[in-house]
Amino acid sequence: MSADLLDFDEALAAYDPVLGLEVHVELNTASKMFCGCANAFGGEPNTQTCPVCLGLPGSLPVVNGKAIESAIRIGLALNCSIASWCRFARKNYFYPDMTKDFQTSQYDEPIAHDGWIDLEVDGETYRIEIERAHMEEDAGKLVHAGGSSGRIGDAEYSLVDYNRAGTPLVEIVTRPITGTGAKAPQVAKAYVSFLRDLMLSLGVSDVRMEQGSLRCDANVSLMPKGATQFGLRTETKNVNSLRSVERALTYEIQRQAALLSSGGRVHQETRHWHEEGYTTPGRSKEQAEDYRYFPEPDLVPVAPPREWVEQLRGTLPELPNVRRERLQAAWGYTDLEMQDAVNAGALDVIEATVSAGATPQSARKWWLTELARRANEAGVDLAALAITPAQVAEVQALVDAGTVNDKLARQVIDGVLAGEGSPADVVAARGLAVVSDDGALSAAVDAAIAANPDVAARIRDGKLQAAGALIGAVMKDMRGQADAGRVRELILQKLG
Amino acid sequence: MALTAADVARLGELARIRLTDEELARLAPQLDVILQSVARVTEVAGADVPPTSHALPLTNVFREDVVTPSLARDAVLAAAPAVEDGRFRVPRILAEDA
Repeated sequence: MSADLLDFDEALAAYDPVLGLEVHVELNTASKMFCGCANAFGGEPNTQTCPVCLGLPGSLPVVNGKAIESAIRIGLALNCSIASWCRFARKNYFYPDMTKDFQTSQYDEPIAHDGWIDLEVDGETYRIEIERAHMEEDAGKLVHAGGSSGRIGDAEYSLVDYNRAGTPLVEIVTRPITGTGAKAPQVAKAYVSFLRDLMLSLGVSDVRMEQGSLRCDANVSLMPKGATQFGLRTETKNVNSLRSVERALTYEIQRQAALLSSGGRVHQETRHWHEEGYTTPGRSKEQAEDYRYFPEPDLVPVAPPREWVEQLRGTLPELPNVRRERLQAAWGYTDLEMQDAVNAGALDVIEATVSAGATPQSARKWWLTELARRANEAGVDLAALAITPAQVAEVQALVDAGTVNDKLARQVIDGVLAGEGSPADVVAARGLAVVSDDGALSAAVDAAIAANPDVAARIRDGKLQAAGALIGAVMKDMRGQADAGRVRELILQKLG
Repeated sequence: MALTAADVARLGELARIRLTDEELARLAPQLDVILQSVARVTEVAGADVPPTSHALPLTNVFREDVVTPSLARDAVLAAAPAVEDGRFRVPRILAEDA
């Protein structure tokens, strides 16, 4: 299936890529965009539909106010201007994923427009200009059946599930992105990753690419190095992971470069990304689509009052990249430590643990080792573990106070996770406190000396490092609950 | 500017309505009369009158984000010409890949 490809470095030596990214974000409202059906992924087919999202005659849509609020917040976070007045429009097309034969969208009056974000990739900052962010509804889902490959070309018929029809979407469209050179695929990936983090921090979407709640259409064209006139572009769809964004664009750049450098031309078309690592042509875009957009007569215009917009601006969270920089400086983490914490999704829990009194390094240690392992075993997020950041801080405080050692602390965590109460409760109930009472320790040390006369003799001869063996014996005897420092002192006192 | 038979044929294509040559010949002048009548309104309206898209002078009609019951699936699928696995079964889609 693979087309001729030019080596990536050769391609970039001869051509400058121009990117354009369209990202669809499904909003996580409780109900759909224009009706009260549940907006939930994974329901039994066609169980979340009603006359509105089925497009039955006589039904009337009503806009979900929460979706408008989310769209405005997204626009504000992308530094966009928010329209003071805008309308929905009908985008007419015939395809069975839309019952109405039109998609309710926005045309020349997007709710948010003319924004920007700054992206950092390998120490370079790239300004990405946002042309628009507009509201629309998602379509139903088709399954192609009856063919050998499951692909549409072989399908004998298609099966349609309209649960997703009418799910609120915000489509974010960049202006052409130039000047990224060989970094183009990385910049595109970083952009989608940025949007994903941003939507999470705004709390407006689940942004699960594998479930389609964040989808990216990646446009790319090539122009000879130094040229200013853009080449013909392709739009690659079905790019469903961050890694695929990078791979698909790398592939398209190599494919287009091979065509151009051998005197051919790029067809302006939609292409489909296949996880095996190539794209195939879809619909040709040679003839401009005629969607006959017109204002949606069933929905009145949206004119967000300025006070509302300003109030929503006040709800914007700190941008994820700004927050990372702030936390890294405050915690004194190395780049690698910070990256690990970000990748583990541990920033929130570490931050809460630190504010509950733990040092940044001890918070990092617990969440990224012991607790990460348990979360991984249970297949849940760190935040879903049955231990709170305050309890983790308490465990560390017990270690710092010498009440428990690291090994006992892990048993304390076991207890908390098992629902046995607070760390102090677990220590009391399980009798986990380190024994530093001299009476008990002294007896255990005497027993260890008696049981290991040769070791004791070496210590008497001044070989103090041999004390480790006796400490080990005492610890074993006391099931790990002895205060190791005190045990060492007692051994040296008795044998010194 | 008169509406031609070719314009009507293109509109028919976009609306998925197949039209015969006689229909095109008959409909083009009829549609043209309608367009001309509407165009008269534009002449009357001054530059300060924006095109009307909505008859109601309302904005911001929103609904609370509350889930309401959906239809039973049997009812949803009852009028479908063909059904399989709880889904609408539709003919194979040619020349498009979505």
